[in-house]
Amino acid sequence: MSVVEIVRFAVRGLVANRLRSLLTMLGIIIGIAAVILLTALGNGASQYIQGQIAGLGANSITILPRQPPESAGTSGRPLTTGDVRALADPQGAPDVASVSPVAQLSASVDAGRSRTDATVVGSTPTYFPGANVQIGTGRAYTDADVEAGRKVILLGRTVADDLFGVGSDPVGRDVLVRGVPFDVIGTLAPAGQGQGLSNPDENVLAPITAVQGSLTGFGDLSQIVVQARSTEAQAAAESEINSILDRRHGIEEPDNRDYQVLSARQLADVLDDTLGAFTLLLAAIAAISLVVGGIGITNIMLVSVTERTREIGIRKALGAPPSAILGQFLVESIILSVVGGMLGVAVGYAGTLVPLGDFRPVVLPSAVVAAVAVSAAIGIFFGAYPARRAARLRPIEALRRE
Amino acid sequence: MTGRDAERSGAGPINGVEHVLDVRKLSKVYGAGETAVHALRDVDLTVRRGEYVAVIGQSGSGKSTLLNMLGCLDAPTSGRYLLEGLDVAYLDERQQAVLRNRQIGFVFQAFNLIPRTTALANVELPLVYAGVGRRVRRDRAMAALALVGLQGREDHRPNQLSGGQQQRVAVARALVTGPALLLADEPTGNLDSRSTADALALFDRLHASGRTIVLITHDDEVAARAERVVVVSDGRLSETARR
Repeated sequence: MSVVEIVRFAVRGLVANRLRSLLTMLGIIIGIAAVILLTALGNGASQYIQGQIAGLGANSITILPRQPPESAGTSGRPLTTGDVRALADPQGAPDVASVSPVAQLSASVDAGRSRTDATVVGSTPTYFPGANVQIGTGRAYTDADVEAGRKVILLGRTVADDLFGVGSDPVGRDVLVRGVPFDVIGTLAPAGQGQGLSNPDENVLAPITAVQGSLTGFGDLSQIVVQARSTEAQAAAESEINSILDRRHGIEEPDNRDYQVLSARQLADVLDDTLGAFTLLLAAIAAISLVVGGIGITNIMLVSVTERTREIGIRKALGAPPSAILGQFLVESIILSVVGGMLGVAVGYAGTLVPLGDFRPVVLPSAVVAAVAVSAAIGIFFGAYPARRAARLRPIEALRRE
Repeated sequence: MTGRDAERSGAGPINGVEHVLDVRKLSKVYGAGETAVHALRDVDLTVRRGEYVAVIGQSGSGKSTLLNMLGCLDAPTSGRYLLEGLDVAYLDERQQAVLRNRQIGFVFQAFNLIPRTTALANVELPLVYAGVGRRVRRDRAMAALALVGLQGREDHRPNQLSGGQQQRVAVARALVTGPALLLADEPTGNLDSRSTADALALFDRLHASGRTIVLITHDDEVAARAERVVVVSDGRLSETARR
C-alpha cells in the first residue's frame, strides 16, 4: 500500500467533512497568523527604533553626572570645564573628535503674545555636529558668539510653532527666556518624535556663556557631549573617557563612578534587548494560541475516529494493516495543520500590510519557515494519539459499533 | 507463478492441503468466573475446498461468534484454527490483516460499504490494501462488478443503490481479491424476497464455479440452498444430513 493511496484516503476523509475541516484549520490559521504578525510587529518596531537611534548621531556620546552609591562614601564630584579640557586633549583621548560642555535648564520662553516651556541648552558650536542637530532656517551660533557671550538663540521646531505659528520663520525676532531677552538667529530642522533622552524639537539652543551668564550662573555643567572620530572609534572613545574621568574624579571602582556615559550605541543595545524580550513575549502568547489550535486538532480527530469506528472496522475486515489506518489518520491531521499553517502565513502576511502609526511590521523570513515547520510538527504530535487509537481498534469491536 | 497466486485461483489442493478450514476444539468464553459466558464449546469443523456450508442457529446460539473466529476478526479462547493449513494463532496483527485481505472475503448483513464512496472505489479497497497497481485494480474491480451484474453502476454511491444492489457490491468486494473462503453473515437478512432470491442465485453461481462458501443464517430456506448444513445450538455444533 503506497503513500499516495494513504494521502488519497486522508484527503477524501477531510473533503467529506469540509466545514469541520475548515473550522479545525481555523485554530492553526489564527495561531500561525498571530505568530507571523506579532514577530513582524516586534521586528518592525525594532527597525523603526534603530532608524531613530541612527538619527541621534551614531558617534554621539553623552556624559551625565550621577549620584554614586552610598558604599562609595562620597557624594561625588560634578562635571566641570576642567573635565572638558582634559577630554579635549588629543594625547589622552585620541579617538575624541570634539567635546561640548552643556549647561541646561527648563525655562519658560516668551514671545510677547504667546509663551511656552522649553529646555534651554547652552553649549558651544561643536554641539551641533556632536548631538547631530541640523539647522532649519537662519544660522548656528559661532565661537565668536560664545566668546562674546552674545544672547542669541535657535528655536526647536515645536517651540517656534508654539510661539510664532506653525511653519513660521522667526529669525530676527526677540524672545524672553525667564525674562532675559535673546535674539532669534535660527530654527532647528524638525527631528521627529522621541529621539533618545529629550525631544530636540522642544529645545532652544544658545551659547553656553550667555546661558551661564544670565540664567544658570558659572557653576557645574549639566552634561558633556562628546563626538567620537568615527562610529568604529566609539567604543575606544568611551574607554578613554572613562579612564580620564576616573583619574580626575579619583575613582577606583567602576561601580562607584559619579558620572555616567551614554551613547547611541548603548541606547541601541538596551532598546534592542528590551524589544527582543518584548517580541519573545508576543511570540510566546501567539504560541499559546498555536497549542490551543493543536488541541483542537486532537479533539476533532478523536471525534472523527469515534464517528468512523465502523468504517475503520470495515477497512480492517478487508485487510487494512494497522499501519495503513495509522497513516490515514495521521496524514489527515498533518494536512489539516500544514494547510492551516500555510493559510495562517498568508493571513499573517496580509495583516502586516496594514501600517500601524509610524512604523510598518516587517515579516521575519525565519518566522515563516518556523511557522510551517511547527504546524507540521503540531499535526504529527496532536494527531498521533487519535491515529494510534484508530489503528489499535479491534476489528470485531469496531464492526459491532453502530 | 507463486504459490499465493495458485491459491487464489481457488481450484485444487495446494501443498496437500485439502481443507480450507480446519477447526479443532475451538472455544470462546466471554468474561470470567461466575459470570463467564461460553459462546462456543469445543467446536470441530472442517470445510473442504469448493464446499458450500450453511451454519444455522437461533439468535444467541454462537453462530456469529463462530463466524468472527473463522474470519480472524476475533481470537478464540482455546482450540486450534487452521486456515489453508496455516495456524492463525501464531500470526500477529499485521499478518492477520494480510490473511483477511488475501484469503477471506466478507459479506455482512448490513452490507458495510464505505459511505460517500463509489461502488468501484468500495470494490477496489481490498486491492488497495493488497498493494495492487491502479490500472490492474480498476480492471479487476470492474470485472467483479460485472460478475455480480452491476456493470454501469460503478460510479454510484451506496445511498444511490438499493439494498440488493448494495449487497451485490459487497459480494463483488469480497470476491475481488480471489479469496480462498467467502464468509457471509446473514447476507439476506436486510433484503426483500426478490433481492434475497437474486443474492442466493448469485451464491449458487459462485458455488458452481468452485468457490468455498460459509454462510450464516437463521433462515431454513436460505440454508436449504447449501450443500451441507451445520447447526449451532448453545455453543455446540451438530451436523445435519448432507444433501
